[in-house]
Amino acid sequence: MNDKKSPPVAVTYDGDVTIATLTRERILEDADIRALEETILPLIAQSDSIRLVIDFSTVRFLTSAALGLLIRISKKVREQGGRLALCSIQPKIYEVFRITQLDQVFQIFPDAEQAARSV
Amino acid sequence: MGNADTDRKTLTLPSDVSAVERVCEGLLAEAAAQSFGEDDLFAIHLALEEALMNAAKHGNALDPTKCVRVEYQITPEKFDATITDQGCGFNPEALPDPRSKENLYKYGGRGVLLMRAYMDTVEFNPSGNRVHMVKYRTDQAAKG
Repeated sequence: MNDKKSPPVAVTYDGDVTIATLTRERILEDADIRALEETILPLIAQSDSIRLVIDFSTVRFLTSAALGLLIRISKKVREQGGRLALCSIQPKIYEVFRITQLDQVFQIFPDAEQAARSV
Repeated sequence: MGNADTDRKTLTLPSDVSAVERVCEGLLAEAAAQSFGEDDLFAIHLALEEALMNAAKHGNALDPTKCVRVEYQITPEKFDATITDQGCGFNPEALPDPRSKENLYKYGGRGVLLMRAYMDTVEFNPSGNRVHMVKYRTDQAAKG
């Protein structure tokens, strides 16, 4: 399901680590990207040095536009002196990161717990 | 055996994002009906989204007076699509490599790389406003 009316991100906390779990199976173009941007960027802005984990466990499909958004998020996190990790990326999605070599840009962990410990 | 030319279908869509999504869903449903496997469908979906968005957004600049034309043929053996926009085109050979150190942190520029990685054939016409893509069906049994 790709319910566009539901929030695109579920935010939980593990101590002082913010875990943003992407809730939609597919991240396609403008509307999906804008919804994510409008949810995640304020989280970063609200914190001086956020420790942020983005959980991809639900995501089954994304396009290069989503990769661009992740770069923007990563830049914002760095500007605010924070740290970012990604986790629970399905193999097909991980392959997209590998092809684009963004697996070398992002810290990627098998699950949220390990990611939270690293940031 | 069908005739390759007569079996090709044509769609013309406006340069907007929702039209791209509708066409992607339709073509994927046709590929699924031809029993393409999950991995092939993922590859076709990604390349198709990238190519159609390039055409609508970058080629036609989302101009409502311009259209994107899709000519395609889907058989049990292969997915074959040609996407043409009404823009000025571009030189795909001149695209910077998004994997190089200086481009790795850029927000865009990965679409054509992904199309080439996931399809068996990706060919642009000399003016760069048309792309022909082919994905041959993977033998899922052989893959295990």
